[in-house]
Amino acid sequence: METRRAELTADLFERLEVGTQDSERIVGPPVGFWRDSWDRLKKNRGALVGLAVIVVVIVVAYLGPLVSPYTPYGQDLSRRFADPSSQFWFGTDEFGRDMWNRVWIGTRVSLYIGFLAAFLDLAVGVTYGAISGLLGGRVDDVMQRGIEILNGVPYLVVAILAMLVLSPGIITITIAIGLTSWTYMARIVRGRMLQLKEQEFALASLSLGANRTRLLVKHLLPNSLGPMIVNLMFTIPLAIFSEAFLSFIGLGIQPPDTSLGALLSEGYKELRFHPNLLWFPTAVFSLLMISFNLFADGLRDALDPKMRK
Amino acid sequence: MLRYVAKRVVYMFVALLIIISVTWFISKLLPGTPFADQKLTPETRAQLYAKYGLDEPWPVQYGKYMLNVVQGDLGNSYYFQSKPVTEIILARLPVSAFIGIQAIVIGLVIGLVLGIVAALWHNRFWDSAATVLAILGVSVPSFVLGPILQYWLGVKLGWFPIAFFESWWHSVLPSLALSVFVIATVARFIRAEMLEVMGLDYTTLAKAKGLSGLAVVMKHVLRNALIPLVTVLAPLTIYIITGSLVVEQIFAVPGIGEEFVRSVVVSDYAMILGTTIFFSVLFILALLIQDILYGIIDPRIRVAGAKE
Repeated sequence: METRRAELTADLFERLEVGTQDSERIVGPPVGFWRDSWDRLKKNRGALVGLAVIVVVIVVAYLGPLVSPYTPYGQDLSRRFADPSSQFWFGTDEFGRDMWNRVWIGTRVSLYIGFLAAFLDLAVGVTYGAISGLLGGRVDDVMQRGIEILNGVPYLVVAILAMLVLSPGIITITIAIGLTSWTYMARIVRGRMLQLKEQEFALASLSLGANRTRLLVKHLLPNSLGPMIVNLMFTIPLAIFSEAFLSFIGLGIQPPDTSLGALLSEGYKELRFHPNLLWFPTAVFSLLMISFNLFADGLRDALDPKMRK
Repeated sequence: MLRYVAKRVVYMFVALLIIISVTWFISKLLPGTPFADQKLTPETRAQLYAKYGLDEPWPVQYGKYMLNVVQGDLGNSYYFQSKPVTEIILARLPVSAFIGIQAIVIGLVIGLVLGIVAALWHNRFWDSAATVLAILGVSVPSFVLGPILQYWLGVKLGWFPIAFFESWWHSVLPSLALSVFVIATVARFIRAEMLEVMGLDYTTLAKAKGLSGLAVVMKHVLRNALIPLVTVLAPLTIYIITGSLVVEQIFAVPGIGEEFVRSVVVSDYAMILGTTIFFSVLFILALLIQDILYGIIDPRIRVAGAKE
């Protein structure tokens, strides 16, 4: 490689005055963690759109069936496979049931499973992770090996096995999904605990006489809220996806009850001749998944800029 | 390094042993029996139980099963004229492996290109386009995408056959349905890694030395950005395995995934148990390879692992 050599003369340089006073001045008002995160989130258009769509879908899922004269279970064989019209907005299925109602009732079930799984994450994952991280040593070792073994089986296979043992229903499906999904939360909380418990404020709290429970509840957990919330927001779409997966292979919600996954599975069977039955659940399902992922992505960037990947 | 690998291998076997035992135990808890046919007389049923060794006490059954598993014998299917489970899995493996590997190759190639383009034209149109595509790919699962592809490319346009597995053309749609998630994951990953590497000092140095843009990207940025891609190996394996369960169902591909779903529906416990073990072995192997590769690439992990 050739080297170019430029003539460096004194007049190319200029002396800069560095003020010792100014560098200490605080610019702008002090901003807390949540405010700071919110400001970052506001700038993320994708995340805001995602949040808006989630809210709209939730509202419509609960209000939608109210404005329709039909019920999600009312069968009428004289109106099988009706196309979407002003009478049946999303058409009807093979038993003449109104699809508008069924789609939104199904959405409710899917959302419910998503939020319930998130709650399980909080209850089991946070407890497990906190104990493992806080106690450390041998206890931590054993608890971590446990997680690794659980993660040695593809998680949907675990859910399938669980569904074979449990009788199908909303609660059991959530348990089957939650059986493995909490491990991510436990890992994240454990990591935070290991990191935080060595810091000065934890030591200060302990030397002021706080016991470990107080330290955990008052200091360590509040300082881990950011990553916890981010992880929760990823759990919800994962649970909705898992339920749809189980329903698709016939292990999920059983008829006449329905969910987005069950509707996808039913619609798929009629794809050749009545594709409408698949398109409406597909649209709502995809919209929901994309919105949750967009929002969770934005939330991660906002709450945890260092984690950004 | 050798110690590190040896430790991981021992560890892998312990994990497998526990997984197999727990799965076996679960299979005993399952309600119902594969021989629930009303037409069977009590005598025939007793004969069937004796044939499969189901009349022996649990510890004996467990011991026999574990001994067989060690020798690669996963028992006999209750459904397919008692064909050995291992034989069924091996017969169906090539099809599943072909579709899965093809999906990973498609995903890697397209994902790499998308990720590189997005990083080089950061915050411009192509970046946004790739990001939108990546979000779509991560969010829309293969069992939603499969039917869309089937309807659009298969039924409407008639470009590809929509079911069964008779020629290479039949493998395109299933592989495509599986690959979208791979594309999205790889693209997101490469984009983030490249953006990070592009901000590092050695990239600035490479530019300052007067290297051409292409040389900087190929020799310095991309090479270093590719290394962490190793970490997506295990998650992608898991995704291809579970994805195959539904995708093979949708496209009527005679692979392991389709067989597993069938065995779930007909309560073929020996098959369920065998396939679960097979999936776990596959996944744990992927984890092991990932750990070893990562140990080779990043010596810090090796040292930390040895100290434990």
